[in-house]
Amino acid sequence: MGAVNTAQKSNVVEHGEVILQVRDLVKHFPVRMGFWQSMKTKEQPVLRAVDGVSLDVYKGEILGLVGESGCGKTTLARTILRLTDATSGEAILEGQNIFDLNEAEMKKLRRKMQIIFQDPYESMNPRMDVQTVIAEPLILQGLASSAHDARDVVASALADVEMVPPEEYMGRYPHELSGGQRQRVAVARALSVDPDFIVADEPVSMLDVSIRGEVLNLMLRLSRSRGVTFIYITHDLATARHICDRIAVMYLGKIVEMGTADEVIQTPLHPYTTALIGAVFVPDPRHRGFAEVLKGEIPSPVNPPQGCRLHPRCPYTMDICKQVEPPLVLHEGTHQVACHRAER
Amino acid sequence: MALVEVRDLKMYYRTLRGHVKAVDSVSFDIERGKAVGIAGESGCGKSSMAISILRLLPRNGEYHGGSVVMNGQDILKMPEEQFRKDVRWKQISMIFQGAMNALNPVHRVGDQIVEAILEHEDVSHEEAVSRTKDLFDLVGINPNRFGEYPHEFSGGMKQRAVIAMALACHPDLIIADEPTTALDVMVQAQILKAIGELREELNLSMMLITHDLSVIAQTCDSVVIMYAGKVAEYGSVMDVYVNPTHPYAMGLVKSFPNIHAERSPVRSLPGFPPNLIAPPTGCRFHPRCPLADEECMTVEPPLREVSRKKHYVACHKAEIVEQGVDIWAQ
Repeated sequence: MGAVNTAQKSNVVEHGEVILQVRDLVKHFPVRMGFWQSMKTKEQPVLRAVDGVSLDVYKGEILGLVGESGCGKTTLARTILRLTDATSGEAILEGQNIFDLNEAEMKKLRRKMQIIFQDPYESMNPRMDVQTVIAEPLILQGLASSAHDARDVVASALADVEMVPPEEYMGRYPHELSGGQRQRVAVARALSVDPDFIVADEPVSMLDVSIRGEVLNLMLRLSRSRGVTFIYITHDLATARHICDRIAVMYLGKIVEMGTADEVIQTPLHPYTTALIGAVFVPDPRHRGFAEVLKGEIPSPVNPPQGCRLHPRCPYTMDICKQVEPPLVLHEGTHQVACHRAER
Repeated sequence: MALVEVRDLKMYYRTLRGHVKAVDSVSFDIERGKAVGIAGESGCGKSSMAISILRLLPRNGEYHGGSVVMNGQDILKMPEEQFRKDVRWKQISMIFQGAMNALNPVHRVGDQIVEAILEHEDVSHEEAVSRTKDLFDLVGINPNRFGEYPHEFSGGMKQRAVIAMALACHPDLIIADEPTTALDVMVQAQILKAIGELREELNLSMMLITHDLSVIAQTCDSVVIMYAGKVAEYGSVMDVYVNPTHPYAMGLVKSFPNIHAERSPVRSLPGFPPNLIAPPTGCRFHPRCPLADEECMTVEPPLREVSRKKHYVACHKAEIVEQGVDIWAQ
């Protein structure tokens, strides 16, 4: 167990086949106004949760989507899965734009994309045993007629997540499992329909540190041995650094930096990424000290700052930053950054 | 002499199925002006210990022995009235878990702190107001925001206000229970930096309870690693992080990812903490421990000093672990 070599990774990024292309994805939520407010303002204000995101996801990689709360990382993933409708843009999976599909086509496609939720205590029906929980997507997809029918698939999904012997766990209810085991059942449930990619939304943040590795290494192993693709949403840069092939850093609805885990963590180019890494505490008393963090807190995504969205908090703001929004451009290798300063 | 000496503290919860031994014979010191971190998995008794020291037990909580001596007095033996008047908030105050939601939404933030001062000290309202404004300044909130309501504050500001409240009556010791867990990393860094500066300025002692070992490594002088209601290892942060000597402490330290380390799989500790109504016999960690043998299953290991001074470990196999072998290598 645990003997996964991270170094044996990822030529996926260099030679990989792109399985999902996201282009200019925008998701705005209307902001509710009071009556008087709506009389005064002409335009309906919107919350720009995701504001023009483009990225490619390669087969078999773990792509980390990191940022502080409210940066739009969860909304981005939910929009790609069409759990919420996009305002504009496209997400192309197997040559089809997910947002153009009708309901029946969408249901078929749901098999290709699965999600693991943050809270393993809330995301499972307490009255279903493990077998039923894992078989449910199969039944919904018409791949099995009953939980009993799906027994073999359930057993192999449980074996995939190292819950062996599967028979021992099949009859258990969620309350009879530990947090880590529940989260592994959630992974098994996602795996049961053999999806192309799985969105893992903060899959370990509710778990104790001591068992986080259990779930994270499972994801790593599945991506390496079975070619399962993961989009790993997290605010925890330290775990992202260790299990992700690539990391995309989001700030106020935009990707500000993207590259391999080494590129982003070891040579961050965007001041926001630098500050985010600096704010991560090191579990080693021999290396003490607080890095300079950015002043203030994230502004509201209803009225994001003009130009570069970071400019009111950035220590290096230049005149151009206040007016022109920097595009995400390739810097070196696979390393992309959206910063005027990095362009020089 | 230490500011606070906790000795053999036992606090159990009474339940229908028996006593939950949440704090079971815990001993450690808090030195004046120093910070001690309390770490462990959820359910190991960290928060129970905090409320035991502050005497805020729920109805089914019971002391089963031990003492907490502060300034030469056992504060557990004091009459409640005296404890409330002299100790709680004036000598020991607390920042609770999720404290930013502890502010009353229908009262102005400033007034809530004034109320805390008036409750515990015999001062005029004007004086309490001016002290509150000074406190705002101290924790980095503009005193002009005295009259604002909690919803007008951001998460980090609310947390600062709660810290100001904890400082209101000049305590010697602050107990902080997961003070930054609900905050974003950047705000967390700002708040912990502010707490560190305040502690230095006011010569405050702190007991910091968290599951986040990196926070303790960066802010505390010593650390108590708890497992299943007991102290597994206790010593300076240097000793415990650099030479963890209890198998559990070693596993915990090694399973904490370091962003600056080489890429490697994240480690985990197999198994889960025991039921505290009927904890395992002998060493409570033996069912999860790779070194466990006959002795570990039957004899409970005492907390003892190992080769470094003031580094205490409750493990029969401490000498083996001390040689630096990575017992969790998989």
